Amino acid sequence: MGGVTLRTGVTLGSLALLAVVPPLTGIMDAPFVLDIVMRMLCLAMAAISLNLILGYGGMISFGHAAYIGIGAYAVGIPAYYEIYSGFVQIPLAVGTAALFALITGFICLRTRGVHFIMITLAFAQMVFFTFVSIEEYGGDDGLVIDFKSEFFGWLDLEDPVTLYYVIFVCLVGTIYLVKRIVASRFGMVIQGGMGNEARMHALGYNVFLYRLICYVISGAICGLAGALLGNFTGFISPEMMDWTRSGELIFMVVLGGTGSLFGPVLGTAMFVVAEEYLSPLMNLFMPGSGVYWHILFGPFLILVVLFGRRGIDGLLDGRGRRDG
Amino acid sequence: MDWTLLIVQLLNGLQLGVLLFLLAAGLTLIFGIMDFINLAHGSLYMVGAYFCATFTDVTDSFLLGVLIALPLTFLVGMAVEIVVARPLYARDHLDHVLATFGVILFFDALVHLVWGPEGKAIALPPFLDGQVELASGLVLPTYRVLIIAVGLLIALGLYGVVSWTRIGMLIRAGASNRRMVAALGVNIDLLFTFVFAGGAVLAGLAGLLIAPITEANIGMGNDILIVAFVVIIIGGIGSIRGAFVAAILIGLIDTMGRSFLDDFMKLFLSDQNAETAAPAISAMLIYILMAAILYFRPQGLFPPRVR
Repeated sequence: MGGVTLRTGVTLGSLALLAVVPPLTGIMDAPFVLDIVMRMLCLAMAAISLNLILGYGGMISFGHAAYIGIGAYAVGIPAYYEIYSGFVQIPLAVGTAALFALITGFICLRTRGVHFIMITLAFAQMVFFTFVSIEEYGGDDGLVIDFKSEFFGWLDLEDPVTLYYVIFVCLVGTIYLVKRIVASRFGMVIQGGMGNEARMHALGYNVFLYRLICYVISGAICGLAGALLGNFTGFISPEMMDWTRSGELIFMVVLGGTGSLFGPVLGTAMFVVAEEYLSPLMNLFMPGSGVYWHILFGPFLILVVLFGRRGIDGLLDGRGRRDG
Repeated sequence: MDWTLLIVQLLNGLQLGVLLFLLAAGLTLIFGIMDFINLAHGSLYMVGAYFCATFTDVTDSFLLGVLIALPLTFLVGMAVEIVVARPLYARDHLDHVLATFGVILFFDALVHLVWGPEGKAIALPPFLDGQVELASGLVLPTYRVLIIAVGLLIALGLYGVVSWTRIGMLIRAGASNRRMVAALGVNIDLLFTFVFAGGAVLAGLAGLLIAPITEANIGMGNDILIVAFVVIIIGGIGSIRGAFVAAILIGLIDTMGRSFLDDFMKLFLSDQNAETAAPAISAMLIYILMAAILYFRPQGLFPPRVR
């Protein structure tokens, strides 16, 4: 890299800012801002995991919200049976998500292009309908998590500031992990497979296997994000994995810039800010119009696709980048 | 087994099937010819239903409502094609998914703004509101029979248009090699707009046909859209015949699964297990079918011959 580029500056600056959000909101006495940022961090982790396969591997998963749901239910279902230990819940979330990714990835990755998009969507719909129809765990109405994950009293997640830092550390860890993966030989094969699959085959790589492993890693990270989100909201429902949620995750990645390390975090931040503040802003100009904020948000999304292909990350460097 | 119940459910499955076909026909053509993923197809389904509801109210006639709603839906389809879809044909599928996802959000909010949050019912004229006795003891609402009949007629008509007319020839040619069609001097932009708006009309027709039963409501197109995608993937993208077979298949499997799977599973599971598992599995059936078909036959059941 050499020298501090604008992009590195923005990344480090944003992380530094995120690190001091709890004391800042404490001073400003604005706990709801802390809540918004916490939700954003969870979604950002999910977006990073999606970007790992979508941005670096060219695998457009339209069912990533399912992993959020699996992670969240892996916290909620044990809690329903009064098992609150995070040492059970978190490995269960990551493990189940990874296993689901392994099984479905084995089938999905045999397909290409639009078929891949649709089959990932189909599997996500299966998970969605499964939880909708299990009455025991609330069905459509969802499930309230009475107590957050416990870690032998070492960490008290009931305290919002502690929970915030747990989520923040997980996010930073994820960013570091993805950075290492992308720079590794493994990551090169994944990116090479997106650029020219036939050539990677000719070089002797089993692209399918590499992709499958990458898909499983992505699913596992997203499962963790879901477990954290479940802990944060204290309420889980199938609505978390509605197919429109998967669409929103894709948007966060594209808005931030596909195939960029920190882009998904910026994209998620912008998405969450729009979600939280566009509606009050519209009310300010035209009272009562806030309910219809999607009327601006939809066209905004279209404009991003039409004119802002490289996302926020693309604004951070002047050099042109090859289109993936 | 109650045979009349079985036949009624078969007809209900058929009704769902023809509605799915109306949606899937446009979707599969847009997809096959322009290689464009149109998530907003469900919005056109919704818009058609709302137009029909309004104009049925205004004119006090369901038929006039339908006749006014269809050309309007055509215009909305044209607008979506020109503003959103056309600039994106050359882009990748990711961009299609996102942009048309934005169109869904826009239309859902717009409908909310114009028609309010509550659903709109459509009143049927008296001659459609009754029941007909198809056989002794087999009574069906007239309107449901009409839906099936209209759906089958449209399917037949569409098959005729695609097989035997010049525009149909262009559509088939476009589905197998669009570059060649453009090279032969066909105004491909016009063809695309026509197919897109034509698909919109079929989607709108499906929406306004179902609306008297379910009411027109916001987001009505979002769930059935996903099922319509399942249909075109199973049928083979770009194939009208495939869309028809798959739509009927999915309609029947979904309806029969929801009605009879619990009884069927009780044959080899305990009653309680069957009753817990059946709803989940019947909701998943069509997705399981799709995953299985994609695994063994990724190109679908009736893929168009592409050169």
